[in-house]
Amino acid sequence: MLLGYTITQWLFGILSFLSIMFGLMVVFSRNPVNSVLYLVLTFFCIAGHYLLLNAQFLAVVHIVVYAGAIMVLFLFVIMLMDLNHDNEPQKTWISKIIAGIAGGMLLCVLVGSLKGSEQLGISQYGSSQIGMVKNLGKVLFSEFLFPFEIASILLLAALVGSIMIGKKEIK
Amino acid sequence: MLAFIIYKLIICVAVFGLSLAVAAYSTLWERKLSALLQDRVGPDRAGPFGLLQPLADGGKMFFKEEIIPNVSNKFLFILGPSLVMLTALMTGAVIPWAKDAYVGGKLYSMQITDINIGILYLFGVVSVGVYGIMIGGWASNNKYALLGSMRASSQMISYEIAMGIAVIALIITSGGTLSLREIVEQQDAGFANIVWQPLGFIIFFVCALAETNRAPFDLPECEAELVGGYHTEYSSMKLGLFLFAEYINMFISSAVMAAFYFGGYNFPFAQELYDAMGLADGSKWIAIIGFGAYFTKIFLFISVFMWIRWTLPRFRYDQLMNLGWRILLPLSLLNLAITVVVEFFRGHITF
Repeated sequence: MLLGYTITQWLFGILSFLSIMFGLMVVFSRNPVNSVLYLVLTFFCIAGHYLLLNAQFLAVVHIVVYAGAIMVLFLFVIMLMDLNHDNEPQKTWISKIIAGIAGGMLLCVLVGSLKGSEQLGISQYGSSQIGMVKNLGKVLFSEFLFPFEIASILLLAALVGSIMIGKKEIK
Repeated sequence: MLAFIIYKLIICVAVFGLSLAVAAYSTLWERKLSALLQDRVGPDRAGPFGLLQPLADGGKMFFKEEIIPNVSNKFLFILGPSLVMLTALMTGAVIPWAKDAYVGGKLYSMQITDINIGILYLFGVVSVGVYGIMIGGWASNNKYALLGSMRASSQMISYEIAMGIAVIALIITSGGTLSLREIVEQQDAGFANIVWQPLGFIIFFVCALAETNRAPFDLPECEAELVGGYHTEYSSMKLGLFLFAEYINMFISSAVMAAFYFGGYNFPFAQELYDAMGLADGSKWIAIIGFGAYFTKIFLFISVFMWIRWTLPRFRYDQLMNLGWRILLPLSLLNLAITVVVEFFRGHITF
């Protein structure tokens, strides 16, 4: 206990603050490479949240897949692109205002829907050990086998699609 | 609680010091071994048999002039090598160095932490290690450095896939555990995993060579094409950190290979030896002998890494990618399929 809060609560507060701060930095930093690096830090904070929820597997896989693979590819593309301020397309005032209004309206919709939604009930797998690899695997391959396989088909379709786009000519 | 923290602190510092010491003396051993292979003497000026050479090299690195290109992003330029070193040192945390032993009447584990996702932790740390090289290469603001870091990252991502699938086969053989300690311990009773996973070991070994950017996969720093690759612009100890991290990675991947496939601190007829010596479970001497056995294996692996470096020429980049995607990946999938069938007949998998 520290100042009336437990260590977990402190960790939650610090991680939440950091993840929101890094999330904002992603949007506000001028340099796209810095944006990507802040996004990586955001992912690390989210992985920390998973750890607090006792979901170790999810936390590590989140780091391996998102921070370790997907963001590396992002960084890869952005580093190879020539992103100078000179050839960056300049937006007019009107488009900026319109974008601002549209974004604000989206925010209103999201806040409204969150406010209106009922609080989710605690799931029946609410045991604190569900995040362990063994328990998660058991549930995924028995109870949720069908959605799990559907998700893999979705990934396969994306894979085939990207190969189709990537191929120069189709024989 | 305090005693626990002090014990963990001691073991952290011990693993840290061990990694650094082994990496330092690997540099000397690398030069000695290359001298042996090329019929030379090798470094022999600093101390007896050149034993002080690593200290001299380290001192030289620290005293060299440090140049930061003024067009580069200074923060990221410094972050690059730091991150590479950090992730290299973090991997040692989950490796079981020896059996638990009683010291002063209390049982101590010879491992920093035995988390039940040890293998995934290793993969996570290794995959974050790419950032150090990428950031360093990009922040140098140099075309060669950028190309080198691009090569490094694409190489590491490509080989991680085959490596991951080889490890999945290993996990099935070990009865579905992700904890390194349990993997080592289940090899205590039966054969080492190499008996059940010969193909998986070869795949893992090749991938480990590629992940540590060692020859013949050292294309990221390919000096014939790219000057120095991702560390072209680096000087002084920042260059030293990049080079040093490679040796730490080599040490850790040797340790991981020895633990995964060769039983870690176990060796044939270990129990018979301990019985003959009259050592009870949890004795200090068992831990020390096991640690010695483990280190012998690690040393052999490090030597093989070096032997390969001084024997084989470097791959061409397209050959590297072909090997990773067209040979190792299908082979690792085949290995996984074979493993599942074999384990089914061994009775480890039930439906």
